[in-house]
Amino acid sequence: MFRQLKARFGAPVAMAIAGILGIWLILMVTLPQLQMIDYSLRPSLLPAEIGGPKDGWTLINYVTLFNNDIHLSIFFKTLWSSVLVTSLTLLVSYPLAYYLAKTATPGQAALCLLLLIIPFWINEILRTFSWFILLAFRGPLNEILLTLGLIERPIRFLNGDTGVLVGMVYAYILFMVFPLYNAIESLDGNQIRAARDLGAGSLRTHWRIVIPHAKPGIATGCIMTFMLAAGSYAVPALLGSPGSRWFTQIIYNWFFEGGDWNQGAAYAFLLLILCIGFMALVMRLFKVGLADIAK
Amino acid sequence: MSAQRFFDWGLRLYIGLFFVYLFLPLAIMAVATFNDSRFPTITPWNGTTLKWFAELWADGRMWAALGNSLLVAGGVLCLAVPIGVASALFLTTVESRAKPFVYGLILSPLLTPGVIIGISTLIFWREFGVSGGTFLTVLGQATFISAYVMLMVMARLQRFDRTLERAALDLGATPWQAFRRVLLPFLKPAILSAAVIAFLQSFENYNTSLFVVGYDTTLTVYIASKVRTGLTPAVNALGLVLIVITILIAVVYELKRRRELKPKGV
Repeated sequence: MFRQLKARFGAPVAMAIAGILGIWLILMVTLPQLQMIDYSLRPSLLPAEIGGPKDGWTLINYVTLFNNDIHLSIFFKTLWSSVLVTSLTLLVSYPLAYYLAKTATPGQAALCLLLLIIPFWINEILRTFSWFILLAFRGPLNEILLTLGLIERPIRFLNGDTGVLVGMVYAYILFMVFPLYNAIESLDGNQIRAARDLGAGSLRTHWRIVIPHAKPGIATGCIMTFMLAAGSYAVPALLGSPGSRWFTQIIYNWFFEGGDWNQGAAYAFLLLILCIGFMALVMRLFKVGLADIAK
Repeated sequence: MSAQRFFDWGLRLYIGLFFVYLFLPLAIMAVATFNDSRFPTITPWNGTTLKWFAELWADGRMWAALGNSLLVAGGVLCLAVPIGVASALFLTTVESRAKPFVYGLILSPLLTPGVIIGISTLIFWREFGVSGGTFLTVLGQATFISAYVMLMVMARLQRFDRTLERAALDLGATPWQAFRRVLLPFLKPAILSAAVIAFLQSFENYNTSLFVVGYDTTLTVYIASKVRTGLTPAVNALGLVLIVITILIAVVYELKRRRELKPKGV
């Protein structure tokens, strides 16, 4: 590998490339993850006990989760809610992506893309905070619903999972729209027209022509959205209540309130496994590879 | 064709509603900045005021956090841009059986939740006696921002015509000269836009920073803590200022990018 680099760039640049890449992949990407796994497999000990008889590999930190009904239920709620967020996001994004890629004139599409990109540039915290104001107990949404007479008393949107789900769809929607748009855009419009001429209705055209073509985009969008949702700390912290905690919040508490890093590392590793598992499942279902995802 | 037209109109209505959904919360947040109310809201309207900007200006901790964010973003640029460029060059040059593995490793930080990157960085550096702070925030953020830089530089590298490089070598240039005078100038626009994106990614990062900031709070972490404890419309004022700056950068960036995409001359 180094020989190819050297042939193209000469020895000094080739060494710089290899060195920089090596430092990043080893010191920043790989070793910290391995260290986290190692931590998760060791008991939490006092400094004096490290290296002593109690120091050794154990699964005790993982057993904790399965013995704690509250943590276990939060783990599964995080999984289930993230799947829900991903499906909702896909549902909301698909018509938009299709419109941008196939129905809109080039001018309309350019304008819409610019309008889409602007919120995407804005801080996730601020986007979430804007929903905090909108959904507040005495906030604008309750006020409108009261005025319209649709409800008699204000609703506590921020007192359960509703606010968290809505906020997540909002925060991560563009990670779904763009891969979908890119995938649908590469579909030849003649295929859609051909399907229509042969008598296929709108739904059938989508189901048989557009969606199969957009598979890599759907897979990428779903993987990204799920990962962001399951790993989100900001949205549940801002829009949730103590009763609607997210798994990331439990992890945070192990580190900064419980002071048990080994336990926290085990929970963090489980979250990582959850995301990898989801990714593997989606890649298998949609029959796409890693190269398709990075597009 | 009336069913088709019905479908098209439905789609258009949907697009309209979607953009209302996208912008209404941000608009409400912006308007609430000017409401003379202790809690940020627009209902009820207690009178128009600019006092929350004054309060924001006087907030010393906000300025400290801003300074920290800029410091971190600068550090991330210094790490992520060289790393991203190096990995893009590596991936477009090397052909080997190990390449898919390296490629997967390079992409992995993008597919890892930000909190996990923060946690693993924190744990790893504890072994060397380094605790959370500006240094670890830079390292944690650069771990995944480098991969974004790589993707952007890679997109341009794939359009590079390698015969240009060979021509330079045939005309007597050394590999270093060919790299410095042919390849780098070609990559410059992509490197610049990657730097802009990397800066914003760093400035806005929350999930990774949360675990590694220690006491060196960044602006985004500060905003989140303000929302949860001590929320006043001064947070909106800060949000509004950041949104205006972000939109300016975004528009300039987009216009510049589009001009580059257009074919030059006729």
